[in-house]
Amino acid sequence: MELDFSVVIEYFPRLLTGTWMTIKLVLLSIVLGALVALPIALARISKNWFISGVPFAFIFFFRGTPLLVQIFLVYYGASQFEAVRESFMWPILREPFWCAIIAFTLNTSAYTAEIFRGAIQAIPEGEVEACKVIGMTKTQMYCRILLPRAFGIVLPAYGNEIILMLKASALASTITLLDLTGMARTIIARTYTPIEIFLAAGGIYLVISILVIYIFRLVEKRQNRYLGTLSIKVPDKG
Amino acid sequence: MLDLHGFGDQLLQGASITIQLALCSLAVGLVLGLLGASAKLSNIKPLQWIANFYTTIIRGVPELLTVLIIYFGATTVLMSIASVFGYEEYIEIGPFAAGVTALGLTFGAYATEVFRGALQAIPKGQHEAAIVLGMSSQRKFFRIILPQVWRVALPGIGNLFLVLLKDTALVSVVGLEDIMRKANVAVSNTKEPFLFYLVAAFMYLALTIVSMAVVHFLEKRASRGLSRG
Repeated sequence: MELDFSVVIEYFPRLLTGTWMTIKLVLLSIVLGALVALPIALARISKNWFISGVPFAFIFFFRGTPLLVQIFLVYYGASQFEAVRESFMWPILREPFWCAIIAFTLNTSAYTAEIFRGAIQAIPEGEVEACKVIGMTKTQMYCRILLPRAFGIVLPAYGNEIILMLKASALASTITLLDLTGMARTIIARTYTPIEIFLAAGGIYLVISILVIYIFRLVEKRQNRYLGTLSIKVPDKG
Repeated sequence: MLDLHGFGDQLLQGASITIQLALCSLAVGLVLGLLGASAKLSNIKPLQWIANFYTTIIRGVPELLTVLIIYFGATTVLMSIASVFGYEEYIEIGPFAAGVTALGLTFGAYATEVFRGALQAIPKGQHEAAIVLGMSSQRKFFRIILPQVWRVALPGIGNLFLVLLKDTALVSVVGLEDIMRKANVAVSNTKEPFLFYLVAAFMYLALTIVSMAVVHFLEKRASRGLSRG
């Protein structure tokens, strides 16, 4: 077996173009996904069956079916209906980029909503009581205590979700988008060096995941810094 | 009612392939996961390195890319290995074998972490008690440690299986005749993409629900020896 890695160097700029597309896809879906996820998470917590039923079905569908099916449903499925093709939405639903964004956003929002729900429910009741005892208003309580607290709890799981999203973004290549995987496949169609180019693409994905893990570790350290100092500064025996 | 234009049978055949692929990958992945976890917990440094390298690489690379690398790369690798032994014929691995390899490797990498946590969760006293009873290390592993590891690891493994089940759809990209591929064929014949992809989605959903029920049953069975309950 002879591997010729000079093709990797030759096509590296094109791989980087694909990488930029991947990053755009991931960032946009993550941000939109988080925005969609928050109301879903809040509705899911509700004890009213009518309010929590719809988010439950939404989350169940998007977590229980493959992302590939969801992408195809948006990209190919929407065009089946005359009404969609004639609506104002068509210029958006015609573009593979926006179809990928829609599918990714819905998919990641279902997972993120569960993460948010877990975080909000994980805040000890005592902290809410403490806020009330001190005499905080509800807004103060949320802004100063609960949301920052939930943010700290959410971080590790949310970091994982971003890495999963990064890997899932490779599916955009199935609807003709030239993301990192799509670009790699195009290059391979020309050079016929699948191992070299795919390994290079895999390496780039790996570098991005490691970067994401590193950034999240820093943010986590900062956000949860009170946990680290707590054990040092507060003596065990009063 | 739902009119599938006679593609219903095709989709069911696809479902059977999807299930076979998922179960085969599960078997490969469980073995790899146990081996990986044992390697990570062993005292031999090179084994730890190999296991860490394996889990880091596989977990950092998209599953689709793993499938593509195995499918397109395995032929070259296998032929070069075969040529060492003097075999010069053309070797090709099919999408099913490539899928089992790729998904098994992926499952194994995640399962390694689950099993490692479970192995570490077994109290030391259990090991000591088994040794005191005079069990050989092999017998200790299969009679005492493994059943308990199984109980602790099951929820994690169950989640991984649900992920695996959905990942099987990726193998349709290299031509495996699973649910996804059958749906694609039906779409190109009938021009009703929404209908067929939705039917495919609900087939996966049904498989997910069945898997969840099986995992729940297994969890109950695995923890039947526990007093609290």
